[in-house]
Amino acid sequence: MGEDIANLEIRLLLEGVHQVYGYDFRDYAEASIRRRLTHWLAESGFETFSEAQSRLLRDRAVFESLLAGITVNVTEMFRDPAFFRIVREQVVPFLRTYPFVKIWHAGCATGEEAYSMAILLEEEGLGGRYRMYATDINEAVLQKAGEGVIPITEMQRFTRNYQKSGGKSSFADYYTARYDRAIVAPELRKNIVFAPHNLATDAEFGEMHMVLCRNVMIYFKAALKERCLKLFDTSLLPGGFLCLGLKETLENRKLGERYEELAPSSRIYRKRYV
Amino acid sequence: MSKPTPRRFRAIVIGVSTGGVQALQTLLSELPQDFPLPLLIVQHISPDADDGLVRLLGARCTLRVKEADEQDETLPGTVYLAPPNYHLLVESDGRLALSADAPVSYARPSIDVLFESAADAFGPALIGVVLTGANFDGSRGLARIKRQGGIAIVQDPADAEAPQMPQAALAATAVDQVLSLANIAGMLCTLAGEHATPTKETVVHA
Ligand SMILES: C[S@@+](CC[C@H](N)C(=O)[O-])C[C@H]1O[C@@H](n2cnc3c(N)ncnc32)[C@H](O)[C@@H]1O
Repeated sequence: MGEDIANLEIRLLLEGVHQVYGYDFRDYAEASIRRRLTHWLAESGFETFSEAQSRLLRDRAVFESLLAGITVNVTEMFRDPAFFRIVREQVVPFLRTYPFVKIWHAGCATGEEAYSMAILLEEEGLGGRYRMYATDINEAVLQKAGEGVIPITEMQRFTRNYQKSGGKSSFADYYTARYDRAIVAPELRKNIVFAPHNLATDAEFGEMHMVLCRNVMIYFKAALKERCLKLFDTSLLPGGFLCLGLKETLENRKLGERYEELAPSSRIYRKRYV
Repeated sequence: MSKPTPRRFRAIVIGVSTGGVQALQTLLSELPQDFPLPLLIVQHISPDADDGLVRLLGARCTLRVKEADEQDETLPGTVYLAPPNYHLLVESDGRLALSADAPVSYARPSIDVLFESAADAFGPALIGVVLTGANFDGSRGLARIKRQGGIAIVQDPADAEAPQMPQAALAATAVDQVLSLANIAGMLCTLAGEHATPTKETVVHA
């Protein structure tokens, strides 16, 4: 009984947030958003979502804390090393054929995925020939991403990931350690533009050779997924690459037939020319 | 003609850690191919594990075994294993969802995350099972299942390869059944065969 009320309250809350602040979370998968909102509620000191709602709709600071709680920004350097290995071995040869390459990281969180790609492209001789647009709904993480700070406690795992992904150098070359943090080398940062972009409401980015949107759409319901895929399709040049998370696929999607998976289960899809 | 009464339960969730590969083989191989409920399972597993466990369990039992995919409908007689490095959750329409949220108590997939979302989705129509494991995952989730009116089964700690997880579950909530592994499959078959009775609450017999 009580639980059904929580579901109803969450729906009302997300409706209110949309109308007042323009952020649309109404088409997010329920179980995850409920989990995070429940967490946020416990920390916020409100008893119920209904109680929180009246403050939330009037006080932007309360909304900002909710926004931080709703968007989950867990990421890592070279997450899924096998994915980056395939990019290195099978996507880069295509990218090399262009004089200049444009890449969009949608839902980039604190930037690790974009920095990983930058390292890879530099090692593959594409330095100076690429620009990345790394976007996220959450401006606080974009701020961190721009500063290029990565958690030093994770360096061992990141180094292992880098090596498994086919890294050609020493991972330590790409950052400087300072006290409790590591800062990404400036050469890696200069070709990445971090910018806010909401996949639920904003428009496409034009003429991309590659779009990465990994572990973002798993949080969306079917209709919002379709919206995103359409955005990516419009953004991609023919012959361009769409990269999804390891547990996401174009199977059973409208777009599916116009894309070809590069290697089985790689989740790297190439847009056909016709 | 009266309509056939619906089953009392809609799904079973199982959480297991240390000693799980062996325990799951034993348990699942005793369930018949036409088992009437879906089984959603979190086995703690290394983030870069391959599909070895899915293949192993698939070979050892007559149920269909697959790695859970997002938006999977939960079908009877089918085992859905949480993928390495993702949490497995249940949406309110009973479909599966995955998340890349931070590990919970060092675990991803986490038993609590599955159990809590399944408890919200299935309410009293859920059976939760905690098996062998050397940590505390699953106890919060099992308590949530009980609060939502579901049934809680825990492997007898004395019978478990690692007793901590069953012990933690027993400490966290009033469990319906404490059983040795050998008796759990039989209990699941009994419960799965029950139908909802509109007049009186179905009692679980010890
Ligand atoms: C789990 S992280 C994925 C990070 C990275 N792509 C990876 O795979 O490691 C999901 C990111 O998606 C962002 N996100 C959620 N909803 C979004 C939306 N509507 N538009 C853009 N980004 C969104 C979150 O803020 C979060 O940073």
